[in-house]
Parts: sequence; C-alpha cells; structure tokens
Amino acid sequence: MNKPLRRVGLAMMAMMLLLLANATYVQVIKADDYRKDPLNRRVVLDQYSRERGQIIAAGGEPLATVEKTTDRLRYLRKYQGAAFAPVTGFFSTVYGSSGLERAEDDLLNGSDDRLFARRVSDLITGRDPKGGSLQLTIDAALQRVAFEQLQGVNGSVVAIRPQTGEILAMASTPSYDPNALASHDVEEQMAAWKALNAPDGDLPMLNRSIAGLYAPGSTFKLIVAAAALAEGKTKDSEVDGRPVITLPGTNTPLPNYNDTNCGNGVTATLQEALAKSCNTAFAVLADQLGPEKLRKAAAKFGFDDQDLNIPMPVETSRLGPMTERPAVYQTGIGQRDVLVTPLENAVVAATIANGGVRMRPHLVQKILAPDLQVISEDKGDDVEDAMKVDHAHALRDMMVESEKNTAGGGKLSGVTIASKTGTAEHGENVKNTKPHAWYVAFAPAEKPEIAIAVIVENGGDAGLAATGGRVAAPLGRAVVGAYLGSR
Amino acid sequence: MGSPVPGAQGTPPAAAGGTPPAASSTSPGLKPPTRRGSELFLLAFAALLVTIALILVEANQEQELTMRIVWLGLAYLGLLSVAHFAVRRWAPYADPVILPCVALLNGLGLVMIHRIDLAMADVKLPKGVVWSPAAPKQVLWTAIALVLFCTALKVLSDHRTLARYGYTCGFLGLVALVLPGVLPSFIAPEINGAKIWLSFGAFSIQPGEFAKILLMVFFAAFLVSKRELFTTAGRRVLGMDLPRARDLGPLVAAWLVGVSIMVLQKDLGSSLLFFGIVLVLLYVATERAAWVVLGVVMFCVGAVAAWKMFGHVQIRVQNWLDPFADAANKGYQIVQSLFGLGTGGLFGAGLGGGRPDQIPEANTDFITAVIGEELGFVGLAAVLLIYTVFAMRGMRGALAVRDTFGKLLGGGLAFAVAFQIFIVVGGVTKLIPMTGITAPFLSYGGSSLLANYILVALLLRISDAARAPKTTPKPRPQQPAIADQFTVMVERPK
Repeated sequence: MNKPLRRVGLAMMAMMLLLLANATYVQVIKADDYRKDPLNRRVVLDQYSRERGQIIAAGGEPLATVEKTTDRLRYLRKYQGAAFAPVTGFFSTVYGSSGLERAEDDLLNGSDDRLFARRVSDLITGRDPKGGSLQLTIDAALQRVAFEQLQGVNGSVVAIRPQTGEILAMASTPSYDPNALASHDVEEQMAAWKALNAPDGDLPMLNRSIAGLYAPGSTFKLIVAAAALAEGKTKDSEVDGRPVITLPGTNTPLPNYNDTNCGNGVTATLQEALAKSCNTAFAVLADQLGPEKLRKAAAKFGFDDQDLNIPMPVETSRLGPMTERPAVYQTGIGQRDVLVTPLENAVVAATIANGGVRMRPHLVQKILAPDLQVISEDKGDDVEDAMKVDHAHALRDMMVESEKNTAGGGKLSGVTIASKTGTAEHGENVKNTKPHAWYVAFAPAEKPEIAIAVIVENGGDAGLAATGGRVAAPLGRAVVGAYLGSR
Repeated sequence: MGSPVPGAQGTPPAAAGGTPPAASSTSPGLKPPTRRGSELFLLAFAALLVTIALILVEANQEQELTMRIVWLGLAYLGLLSVAHFAVRRWAPYADPVILPCVALLNGLGLVMIHRIDLAMADVKLPKGVVWSPAAPKQVLWTAIALVLFCTALKVLSDHRTLARYGYTCGFLGLVALVLPGVLPSFIAPEINGAKIWLSFGAFSIQPGEFAKILLMVFFAAFLVSKRELFTTAGRRVLGMDLPRARDLGPLVAAWLVGVSIMVLQKDLGSSLLFFGIVLVLLYVATERAAWVVLGVVMFCVGAVAAWKMFGHVQIRVQNWLDPFADAANKGYQIVQSLFGLGTGGLFGAGLGGGRPDQIPEANTDFITAVIGEELGFVGLAAVLLIYTVFAMRGMRGALAVRDTFGKLLGGGLAFAVAFQIFIVVGGVTKLIPMTGITAPFLSYGGSSLLANYILVALLLRISDAARAPKTTPKPRPQQPAIADQFTVMVERPK
C-alpha cells in the first residue's frame, strides 16, 4: 500500500508546485498590470491616506489644499474653483488626475526622490509621511482677471514674465470645477464627469493654453519677420506691397485684408507690412526665405519642441510639411498647416520682449518640503538666443507700430504696448467658419514686464468679420493693464 | 509496509506482521528518541513568529504598542504548551513537526483575522456601524479546539479502534453532510449562496467540516475490510484493469453524495474535496489507477452536467475564464483578490499595510489572498510550504505505520489538507474556479478549526503508532513464515 501512498504524496507536491507557479504568474509576472489597473483602487487609496501636498500661488494663496475627513480616504482635496483648473488640474479617486496634480504627482503624494531624506526621517520619528508642496509662478489675481475676461467665449490667455519664463497666468475657457471630481462621493464624481464630457459639449476639460492647437494667422508674421531680419533685412527694407497675388502655379488669389494696398501698392517697408499685416508681403517673404530657413527660425522660438514640459507636457507647435511653393506662401501668413498653442505664441512675444533670448516657460517656482521649507527653486533658464538684440528691438518697434494700427477698445494710456494681432481662418469650410482671433503682446515696450497671448476661438461674437484687433485685443489689454496697474 | 524506516518500499501485506521491524524499535532498553524537545523548540519559534507578526500589524496600523502584545504572545505559547504536554503524555512518539506547523498557521490566521478586524472597523466606523471583531471569537475557538485535541489524543489511544466504528462514522458523516441541505432554511440558512450552516441563534456550525473526517474514517475502514473485493479485476480495456461493474457501488455512492452537495447546498468546493478524497482512498486501497481514471471521468461528466444545468456553476466558471468581464459585480471578489495579490507583488505591502477591506470574505475564504497581498509572493509561498511540510509529515506517518487502516486513514487525512489548500488557493489565484471553502487553520470559523484539530490529533496518533516501540511484544512467530511460503508457492508457476 506504500506505492500508491507515495504517488499520492507526489501528487500533493505537484499540486503545491502548480499553486506556486500560478502565484508567481499572478504576483510577479502580472503584478504590474494588476497594480496599475484603473479598477484597482488600492494605489489611489494609499495616496489619499497620505496628506497630499498643497499647490500655492506665487503670492502664497493656496490653490489646492487638503481637508481632513472622517471617511476612509482621510483627506479631501479642495480647489479654488474653475479659474485655476487649467493649472492645478484635478485629482479624482475614479478618473485619475490631470494638470499639475498629474505632472507633479510623485512630489505631491510624497513618493518623489527629492523628498527621500525626509521620508527616512519620517520613518524613524514615526510621523505620517506627507506630500511636498508646489509654489507656482501663477499670479492669482492676474489668473482671475484673465479668466473673467474670457467669460462668455471659448479661448485662452497665457501671460509670461519675459525675463524668466515664469507663467503668470494660464486661463482657459470654458473651465470646470475640480472640486466635483475630487469628491469622495463616487456618484457626484460620476455625474460631474458625465456632464463635463458630454459628447456635443465645449470640451471644458481641454486645457486650451497648452493642449489647444490653432492656426496662428498673422501672429506668425512675427516669426517670418524675425527670419527676414536675421537674413539682413531691416525694418525699412522694401517688400511686396500688392493688394493681391496669385499663388504660384495656381489660380488661387491670396489677398490682403479687404484687398487693401500695402505701402504704395507695389512695395512697402517691412515695418509697414507688419503694422498693416499685409498678407502678400509676408507670403512672398516666406517664399524668398524658403521652407528650411522658416523652419529654423520657428524652431528658435520653440516650434517643433517635442519635449516641452511646464511641467505638464505641452502640445508641439508645428509648421507642417511645406512640400510645394503655394504651401510656403500660405505658411508665411500663418495658415495652411501651421499650428500653435497659445503658450507657444506667448513664448514668441516673450522672446522678442526679452531681447531675443527665449526663456523656458515654467509653472513651478519652488518645490517645498511638507514643512514648507524650500527644497529647490526654478530661477528660469535661457534655452535659445532666438534673435540678435538689435533685431529684437527692431521687431519690437514694428510691433509698437502694429499696436497703433490695431482697432479694438481698452487701449491703455501711459503704457506702450508692442503687439500683433491675428485672424486665423480654419476648418473645412473656411469662408463660412468664424476665424480665431489672436492677440500677442508685451508691455511696457521699452522695459517689458509681461508678455501675453490671447486667443478667442471662432472670433467670439464678432462673427465672420472678426479680426484679432476687435475681439482679442481688448481682452489682452485688460489683462496687461491689470498686471501693470497692480504693481 | 512493515518497515518504519522512511523510504523503504512496501513489502507484500502478508509479510507485515512478521518481518522484524527496524532494530531501534525492538532492541530492549534502546528506545527511539521521542523528539518532544524539538517540538517544544519549534512551537516556541512559531509563537515568536506569530508575536512578531502581531507587532508588525499593530505598528503598521498605528495601534499603541504595549507590553500587551508580548503577553498575548506568551499566552499563545501557553496554549500551545498545553497541546505539547498532551502530546508528550499521550502520544510521545508523534511526529514533532506537525504540531508546530499547525501552531504557526493557526497563529498567523489569528493575526490576519485581527488585522482584517482593524481594517473593517476602519471602513465601517464612518458609516456609523460598529464592526464586531472576529479575532476574540477565533481565540475562543482555538482554545476549545485545543481542548478537543487533547481529549481526542487521550480517548483515542489506538487509532485502530476507530475502524470498529466505521459504519457508525459513515452514518453520522452522511447525516451531518446532508443535514443542512435538507433542513428548512430557518435552521439551515443560505449564506452567500451556500446552504452549509446549521444555525442555533448566535451560534452556527458547519457540520460538513466534521462530516469530512467521519466519512474518511468510514471509507478507510470499509475499504480495508473489503479490500480483496475491489482488487478483483474486471475486464481489461486499453491496458487497464477495469473494476467489475458491481464493485462500483461505493464510487457511485460517493459520486452521488458529491453531486447532491453541489445541488442541495450549492457548495462546489466541498463537493470537489469530498469526491477527491474518496478517489484517493480508493486508489490507495486498491493500488489501481483505473479507479482514478474512472472517477475523474465521472467527475467531469458531473461537472459538465452541473455547468449546463445550474446558474451558480456557470457564474463561477465565467468568473474563472474572465473575471474582468463583470469586474464590478459577479467578478468583483476574484478581481479584488487578483488586485490584492498583484499589488502585494513579490514582497508584499507589509503586514497591516494592505487593503484587505477591498476583498469580500477576506477573513474566511480569501484569507490567503490577504496574506499574498501583505506578505507578498514570498509570504504566500512560505504558507504553502508550511502546508506542504504538514501534509508530507502526515503522509510520512501513514507510510511508516504498520496497519492498513492507519495507512489509509493517515494518507487520506494528509491528502485532504493538501487538496483543500489546493482548492482554496487555486481558487483565490484563479488557477481553478473559485469554489469557496476555508483554508484549514487560517480561516475564521469555529467548525473548521475544531474539525481540523481533530484531524491533527488523528495524524499525530498515527505517526505515534508508527514510531513508538512495540509496548506489547506479542510474538506471532509462525504465522508469517507460513504466509510467506504460501505466497512463494503461488508465484512459482508463473
């Protein structure tokens, strides 16, 4: 009877080996899949049971904080509301996170390596581990002004300090209240999420400042002008001034706005062409420069940068293929396949304002330990000399002229603004789609303190006749005025 | 068979009584070591491990660390010592590893149940519900189980006595098994879809746990007494000796009982466990693989039929094939179990660092998933190895014991524990469909604990009989020689 008993013993061993093999599969091979499965709430629960760090505006106003609760998640995330949602993002137990909550998650939840030393000491002293905090470059008052200015339209305002690349404001409308998504009531979260992601909605959760890609229209002429200056042109150089030209090899006309003359109708100075935003002049100029030089000039201002993180990843602004000459013409006036984010257009203005030196845009000024001691500080760094200083000054002068030529209300007295407007056609049916209205500017022109980009999607109320000047410029001026006036 | 030396091949049964047993057990004055000292040392080690586990849980759950924990640890060691002295007194030659294995598993189970209590209290508190802790009740059950364990050791001085009560055991076992299934639901309520409890007010028992052992005793006794019958070959098919049709009775009966558990009580796990045990007993008794093949075929037929006919079986199979198909409802439990195991990973979240509240039935059927989450693969593997050591030591006792009844019963009991853990852990880790039975010694539940401590007492009794020197030298010198000659005579003409 011992032989079958031994066999049964072997069978027992085999069963245990099977169990061990399967446990290896589940706990080692598939472990990461299970751990990161969106349905697995353990990771979120763990993060919630730690006190998440704060997100604080430049002036010290808290934008995202935690509140102790009696439920099992222990801490409830609280936000300032819709105005700051594009900056802070949301932190949801069901839907994950976005914005800084996502980009700086490791720091906020306390697992970041920069907090390592403190974690060890927490372990020894037996304190609850806490997350680190972020002090932002955001000027809370300015952010609110920008958000209020955008009420009633879909669009974005980005404001940058030219000398450092600090993002002072980054508003996007329509927006959403992240508090609803951070609720510990799952039903409330789900209802809010459903409403925000309605299929025919205005995409309130899209952060238009960094994730919205728009045709830049005439604002792109700044880059063409910068490229021309670099090629030896001056603001007084003669450029094409015809009211309308035909794209090479086609019958397609490319007119100026309202078919007006530029200069004397044959030629105009570069300054006049920019001030009046002559399409023909810049289309021909782009053709003369050629796709390569255009691309290089744009790259110096931050186009085609695939790795820009502020620390949220920013959509890559791009020129498009430009395979044939008509495409180059159209690229010269910021149409065809050119796409930019509002942030990138603000960087263009900031770079010109900063004497041609492009600073890396960033949102986080200081990283703070849980006890709010500074761990590291971002003083800003220059990434590229996009233009020579005198070229930048020449372009600034041209922009000051452009501002003088720009319609729209809200002009500021006592402050010289350097600006460029844009009215960008887009969509399948170009002639019947309302154009986007752009306004990029910096001020004061002589000693810039703020550079901004404003976009109003589909021209706001002004309809088909909308021009950047009439729709976007008043908004931009109000933001600039609020910033300079507060100082 | 007659040799107590492990590893020796079995000799023909007829030689059993007469072959001189190994020198150590017969030489007068030279008694084999009892190894009770080793057992006490291992028990202390188990108590230490359990105390450390408790300290970790308390620390990670931010409970106050006081000397109370040390006292609890010592109290546990005290309880174990009682069991140890019972063994020392009534089964001095018993295997020294079995009891420490049980002590470690039981202690770890207590710590995990306490840990799950803390988690559940945490979850329920905000809802204004007070969670009544399970750990104190389990401590009480452990104490009762140990009393029962000692009593069993004392009363049952020779396991062969049980063989005499084979039919009684069989009858009682069958009644216990079927009772909850046929009784009205006010006394046998359906809990979590299974109708396996008898409820008397606040007090409820699972008679099936005891039935398991009673039926094993019956089958072992029955098979030993009717062994020759079953070894008679029927027709030979595909190189296999099929049993005669009329000898299929017990197998068919077992099959019917298994199916009726499945139908009446919706308890797939017990059904599978019961049928597996009967098959193994038949196989060991007859040494014929044909029984196993036949049994597996019958089981498959029954399983497929059940799958076709019953919704609850279909749900289990569906949850096994793709738990994520309905992860929020039907597949919730197994999905949460997999998440817990995956999140635990190789080394685990640490005792007290996991989320056992996420898994329903964490302290009973899914306690091994909680162990996998908090102690990681390493911890789960360690627990599985403890079970393996336990079952293998039990099997060793069965191999070494001299009587066929003891062999059959010991082998069956050892296999039952291993097979039960296979069904539980296999279900929790999605190796096989989840069937919902408890992990012996670990899971919360009085019936399971009491029954399994009786099982341990039986295994210790058998291993004691295997190793003990013969106290009553009753020389039967002539019989075996004749038997030997007889066998030789039969063999010769071949």
